[in-house]
Amino acid sequence: MDKIFYDLTRSIVKKDELTRFWFFILIMFAGVGLWGWIIQIDKGLGVTGMRDYISWGLYIANFVFFVAVSLVGLLISSVLQLLKISWAKPVTRAAEQVAIAAVALAGIIIVMDMGRPDRLLNIFLHGRFASPIVWDLTVVSTYLAISVLLFYIPLIPDLALMRDRLGSEIPAWKLKLYKTLALGWTGNAQQYKTIYHAMRVLMILIIPVGLSIHTVTSWLFASTLRPGWDSTILGPYFVVGAFVAGTTAVIILMYVYRLRYGLKDYFEDALFDKMGKLLVLVSLVYLYFNINEFLVPAYKMKLAEGVHLKELFSGGYAFLFWFVQIAGLALPIVLLMLKFCRKPLQITIISVFMLVSAWFKRYLIVIPTMEHPFLPLQNVPESFHHYSPTSIEIMIMLFSFFASITIISMLAKLFPVITIWEYAEEKGIDKEYLSEKPKN
Amino acid sequence: MEKKTRRNFVKALGVSIGAAGVIGGGSILSSCNRVETVSGDKIKVLTAGGELVEVDISQLKPAEIPSLSENQQRGREGIPGKSWVMVIDLSKCRNARECMKACQNHHQLRPEQHHINVLQMLDAEHTAPYYMPKPCQHCDNPPCTKVCPVNATFKREDGIVLIDNERCIGCRFCIAACPYSARVFNWFEPRDAENYEGVTYNIEANVPQKKGTISKCLFSADLLREGQLPSCVSACPNGVYWFGDRNEDAVTNGTTKETVRFSELVKDNAAYTLMKELGTDPRVFYLPPKDRAFPYEEEKSDHQDA
Repeated sequence: MDKIFYDLTRSIVKKDELTRFWFFILIMFAGVGLWGWIIQIDKGLGVTGMRDYISWGLYIANFVFFVAVSLVGLLISSVLQLLKISWAKPVTRAAEQVAIAAVALAGIIIVMDMGRPDRLLNIFLHGRFASPIVWDLTVVSTYLAISVLLFYIPLIPDLALMRDRLGSEIPAWKLKLYKTLALGWTGNAQQYKTIYHAMRVLMILIIPVGLSIHTVTSWLFASTLRPGWDSTILGPYFVVGAFVAGTTAVIILMYVYRLRYGLKDYFEDALFDKMGKLLVLVSLVYLYFNINEFLVPAYKMKLAEGVHLKELFSGGYAFLFWFVQIAGLALPIVLLMLKFCRKPLQITIISVFMLVSAWFKRYLIVIPTMEHPFLPLQNVPESFHHYSPTSIEIMIMLFSFFASITIISMLAKLFPVITIWEYAEEKGIDKEYLSEKPKN
Repeated sequence: MEKKTRRNFVKALGVSIGAAGVIGGGSILSSCNRVETVSGDKIKVLTAGGELVEVDISQLKPAEIPSLSENQQRGREGIPGKSWVMVIDLSKCRNARECMKACQNHHQLRPEQHHINVLQMLDAEHTAPYYMPKPCQHCDNPPCTKVCPVNATFKREDGIVLIDNERCIGCRFCIAACPYSARVFNWFEPRDAENYEGVTYNIEANVPQKKGTISKCLFSADLLREGQLPSCVSACPNGVYWFGDRNEDAVTNGTTKETVRFSELVKDNAAYTLMKELGTDPRVFYLPPKDRAFPYEEEKSDHQDA
């Protein structure tokens, strides 16, 4: 037990230049992005590549991407736990970190897309319940709240452990933080009972809320009449795509922790293998939805739908489309069926490809549809006909990436990346021992 | 005595507009009628046509400018008892684009912003091309108002779909929802923003425009309230537009001022609505481009800026 505790808190105790440099880089880039937003507020959304016809761009694609990634919290810390799949336990905290960071940034990026962010409160003052945006706001904020709780509640025993054992090794403010957050945890049976109960309630609650966030996000598109969006399967299609994107993000994070914090024995090879199998499962379901989403309309080639599909299959977006479908989905499915490719390094490389593809997939969902309105696009400058992101948009996008990684890094520096008490329990260490104070 | 009140008004007007000495807003001018006295003081005003002219201040008459909240209140309700419809006769259109110009001047739009856009249409490979003016269709089942999160765009009792740019948050969901591409966004500071500084917002003209908010065709609701035809309708030199009240079953041609029965016009000419299969139920009716009054000029078909 002492070894487990030692290993899992090293990342918190250890201080080094590399970590400082890492935070410096993250915060600097995030700062550059924020500066871009200030320019945008001053000059208007015209500094972006968006215009009257293609009026949603990188920000919305990014928003969908973040909502998608955040859904992994639901899959790993709730669904797998409720199914009593015990191998997934060490991954829950990493999954919640990803969920919190991603959903927080989704909320921020959507404000950055607004023409009048100063009027954000109008949504509360004049909210119309018939608008999918209001639904989205409701479920996204609920999901953030539940995710934070689902991160925090299993953390309480760990906080108490650190409060009791890390005394001299960490700065006083950290100790104070743990003490406050531990809420006077002593580790008696009653307290454990409360925690189990609360976790179970949250795990069940997060399922409908989590499914809602991505389903409602898909409805932002599906509730319009445009070809490519006007589809009844967009809800489940988005949800499954989100499981794929989120799982890859967690695998990458696992690999980073394993390497950086020397957690080889915790994020072990077998765990990557299991995650690989999970990834194949969700990818196969996603493939099934992709075939549905493209084959059926392509069979009919209705006028407007046909224009859109031709653009994807063989037009200007063909390279991106086929890259996403092949490098981001079909090929990984085949590779991940091989045991060799489910080893940590291999699966991480595959996951990076899939995560990048997942981002481009969101881009392909948002932009090509808008480039083909029903009526001809005329009497406007050439720049209105096509969309390409400007440097301001890229700056703000980088902000969102770096800000989300900052959140994950901070959570990793403050709290153990694996739930210590759950892990110990899994290894058969008695709870009594956990609550004992070290003799020193 | 009478003269004194008039002077007081002009003074008040001057204060409310600001020191620039420029009066903005077509709504103010359009309600200013000629009065037969001359005082000698001149003032610059912006006409509905977008020109800056100098007029004698004694020629100005007080306009009924309701307060912002009053204006928004009545703007949301609509004009009682009316049900506005537009009929566009495609056989008459020869792409003169006077409607587009008048509209852009009335609603403070940049050259690339169109509340009404004359499109060059070709329905299928072997059909004849034609010009099609396309305003907002003022659908009775509007996809745009449904998705607005803050009720900044809404359907009024008289059938007009309006915008409140004092409330719009600029999410652009309505642009995505509109199948007719009828909506524009103020990506930058609106045209001539400095001339409109301090002008009270008129929801029925959506003027002054605001950066970061949506705009669209409003059937010139401000002119309708004064008993006038929308600016595109009056500006057309070729008799393309008919506009009127479906409750009265009467529409008036903007060029000839001839008034006919709406139901007969629509029936006799086999009128149709745009993309009826989408179920949006438009209030703009098109008469087919049959027996064209003017030949279609190919060389004008371009992608040029307006």
